[in-house]
Amino acid sequence: MLLEHGAIPWLLAVAVATAAPHASHQPLWLSLLVASVLLWRIWLWHEHAPLPARGLLLLLVVASVGGIGWEFRTLFGRDSGVALLVLFMALKPMEMRTRRDSMVVVMLGFFLLLTHYFYSQSIPTGLWLFGAATLLTATLIRLYGGAQPVGDILRYAALLLAQAVPFMLIVFLLFPRVQGPLWGLPQDAHSGLTGLSDRMSPGSLNNLIQSGAIAFRVQFSDGLPEKSRLYWRGPVLIDYDGETWRARPTYLPTQGKAPAIEAGSKSYSYVTTLEPHNQRWLLALDLPVKLPAESTLTATFETRARTPVQNRARYAFTSSPDFVVNRQEAPAILQQALRLPPGLNPRTRELAVEWQAQFKSPEMISNAALRFFRQESFFYTLQPPLLGQHAVDDFLFTTRRGFCEHYASAYVVLMRAAGVPARVVAGYQGGEINPVDGYLTVRQSDAHAWAEIWLAEKGWIRVDPTAAVAPSRIEQGIEAALPAGDPLPALIRIDADWLRDLRNRWEATNNAWNQWVLGYNSQRQREVLSRLGLSEPDWRNMTAALALLSAIALLIVTLWTLYQRTTATPAQHAWRNFCAKLKRLGMTRADWEGQLDFARRVARERPELGTLSREAAGHFADLHYGTGKPEQLHRLKECTRRLSRLQSSSRRKTN
Amino acid sequence: MPIVQQLQHWLFRFGRDEQLPIVPTQRRIFIVPTRTGFLFSAVLCLMLTGAINYNLSLGHALVFLLAGLGLVAMVHTFRNLIALRLTPGRVEPVFAGEIASFQMYLENTHRHARRSLDLAFGQHERVSLDIPGRMQAMVTIGCPAPNRGRLDPGRITLSTRYPLGLFHAWSYPHPRLSCLVYPKPIETPLPPPSSVSHTGQRHGDNGQEDFTGLRLRQPNDSPRHIAWKAIARDIDNRPLLIKQFAGGAAEELWLDLSLIAADSTETRLSILAGWVIAAERMQLRYGLRLPGRELAPGQGNAHRDACLEALALYGEKDH
Repeated sequence: MLLEHGAIPWLLAVAVATAAPHASHQPLWLSLLVASVLLWRIWLWHEHAPLPARGLLLLLVVASVGGIGWEFRTLFGRDSGVALLVLFMALKPMEMRTRRDSMVVVMLGFFLLLTHYFYSQSIPTGLWLFGAATLLTATLIRLYGGAQPVGDILRYAALLLAQAVPFMLIVFLLFPRVQGPLWGLPQDAHSGLTGLSDRMSPGSLNNLIQSGAIAFRVQFSDGLPEKSRLYWRGPVLIDYDGETWRARPTYLPTQGKAPAIEAGSKSYSYVTTLEPHNQRWLLALDLPVKLPAESTLTATFETRARTPVQNRARYAFTSSPDFVVNRQEAPAILQQALRLPPGLNPRTRELAVEWQAQFKSPEMISNAALRFFRQESFFYTLQPPLLGQHAVDDFLFTTRRGFCEHYASAYVVLMRAAGVPARVVAGYQGGEINPVDGYLTVRQSDAHAWAEIWLAEKGWIRVDPTAAVAPSRIEQGIEAALPAGDPLPALIRIDADWLRDLRNRWEATNNAWNQWVLGYNSQRQREVLSRLGLSEPDWRNMTAALALLSAIALLIVTLWTLYQRTTATPAQHAWRNFCAKLKRLGMTRADWEGQLDFARRVARERPELGTLSREAAGHFADLHYGTGKPEQLHRLKECTRRLSRLQSSSRRKTN
Repeated sequence: MPIVQQLQHWLFRFGRDEQLPIVPTQRRIFIVPTRTGFLFSAVLCLMLTGAINYNLSLGHALVFLLAGLGLVAMVHTFRNLIALRLTPGRVEPVFAGEIASFQMYLENTHRHARRSLDLAFGQHERVSLDIPGRMQAMVTIGCPAPNRGRLDPGRITLSTRYPLGLFHAWSYPHPRLSCLVYPKPIETPLPPPSSVSHTGQRHGDNGQEDFTGLRLRQPNDSPRHIAWKAIARDIDNRPLLIKQFAGGAAEELWLDLSLIAADSTETRLSILAGWVIAAERMQLRYGLRLPGRELAPGQGNAHRDACLEALALYGEKDH
């Protein structure tokens, strides 16, 4: 069956709607190619021109597939697969001649819809799902139903989809969830996830702080510690080469003893919903005493998942903010916490050695360092000047401008030079309570670096040199700590209250979406089903419930669709009203009596009603049997009104 | 009856519909997925696998929405046929080898429009139509008529794939239909007038030329002779009137089967049919003589049709 000319715009709209959003993450040349091929096709449609020869298309396919292979270095990755689908979506309309060809476009469209969720599963994407699915459904209706008004097609498509929604909800709720992946994912499946890294070089944290993206959300079960104690522990950075701090990947608890934590009496339970960052640390509040399943505490007290976090997931912790940890520490660890690159930062070393001679205890040395930060003219800024080869020397004695990474780094170098075991801890500090849903929101802009020193008999103690320079950073957050002139991304610094409120609402909605839609996994499913009264949800009674509810939904849809009251047309309705009025005046139409006959009889028996009845019957007969004009309906209704006026005036007369 | 036919008979409830109009009900509508429907479900399976593999919650939602859409489409395809009222209409006789056209009136009593309804006799050519809500439509379904006689086109296949093409629903209305099929005419020269016995105007014989008056219409009168002007003068009270004519032919021509020397009866009937048409075209008065049947000479379309009908049904038992 040949494709109608009028159906082609629908198919091209499908191609545009499903391929266009991919432009944001496809190579530019591919987007341009796809756009020009589609424009070419639109032009061909407009000109009623014949489609290009297959040889030319084949050449185009081979060249662009080659280009994609070269661009992505593979054809079998996730991104290259999507690129291929987008390409085919653009090229298929070029050889679309029959209805069967057009089916390929529609099916490809359905598949392309799915691929958008690789890149975003936000609420707008979800809404767009409905829009695009409506367009695809409308295209099918156009293909199988012939030419109709566009509005009718879209309305019918929306109706069909609306009727499909109950099924979606039922199956979404009850379909046994399998924790993917079913097979190994391609290498590029989780690229582009942001978060802390296991190294800290100048500027790396800076990039993160510029982002208002959410790192994780925390739901405390009862109360939370004050803000200045919200230190979320990420990777512990130990090795320093004069420029970059690095974590030691080999710190597994088996190597040392398990951390000896003496927790204080106060502890907090909370559930963290962590955005995927493709790393293994889980960002617990210092220090966790109860860990989620499938995670371990390393010798440097990081909570690590067994595999990198590639999906948004929930983790339940209990942490104690008052703790003493590792009064005894393995010598190897202490040794690493003293190591410095030789030959660098001579002035810093000099100062440290001076302090070491001057002060007897490590605590006093640490206090000297903090006093140094506080009393000398250090500034907190996200736009620090560049540092030279002796970075710490430059920072401490020349530039004196920087943010947490500079302070933590300089402090730890000072401590190590003075013989105090010290290390840098990266993580997040603070967070903001969203008043809408009560979740504590921690953003990438809350990324922070602080220090830890080890004191004999006191264990590891957290020291935050940034707090010495900019206490407001710790107590209120980064926007309070920065001088007013410093640029920050708009999302971080929001002054208008209504805007902040709007953002809070939006993020709370997003959070609910994440918790209930995107985070709906087998565990959540079990929770929900047991709350719904399915006490032991195994796959068997889930399937039974699924089948039962789907059958009920199908029955309802069927009845609603097929059941048709024999509703009256507007004309019949108006005529019935007129007859009802006449009946009250004593003239009843018999079932077998024709409208005109009835009117004649009324004229005979009640001459005062005759003209009106004749007029009404005439209008009705025209409307119902002949070629009545729309205004005749109004006149028919007008007859009823005139009849009531007649009735009331005659009543007045008799009164 | 072979088992397959028996099964079909039971399954599809073959047999004539005696009551009119014919209304497809649940029991008489059949529905199966189309090739596109199978393709769609295959695509959905693939999409579901992808959604599971990449843990795409929205992907699950999309697949489930589309699966729901498939189910809903099934109901709507079914709705496109249900409670449609089908009434057979006129059938004009045809000559063998032509396509017989059966008129069907379809009434949509529902509010919603019916679209892309396909009607066909068996595997013959389909006709497609749309019926807006609460409207009637007339459609002509063709059925080839290869042989003379009465053509029984069999059951009608009423089918649809609307709205999404994922399902194919159909029903087999089987009204009592038949079409008269005249023998395929063979044009040969007319025989000489065998008897020229112009006896003048016979009583009650209707000609075509001179207007003689009006009379009440009878069912087999040609609509061409209705006196529309006379009726239009007082539309409420006048019954349908027919204009009467008289006069015309001078010669009488007898078309006799036994005059034709041809091998097969069918060929001879075809030659006779050709003669009837030629005689009528030449405005001759002609009669038809078949073994066991004789039609008195006459003229006009009604006479021609009567002659052709006699030829069509020649040799049939029920005549």
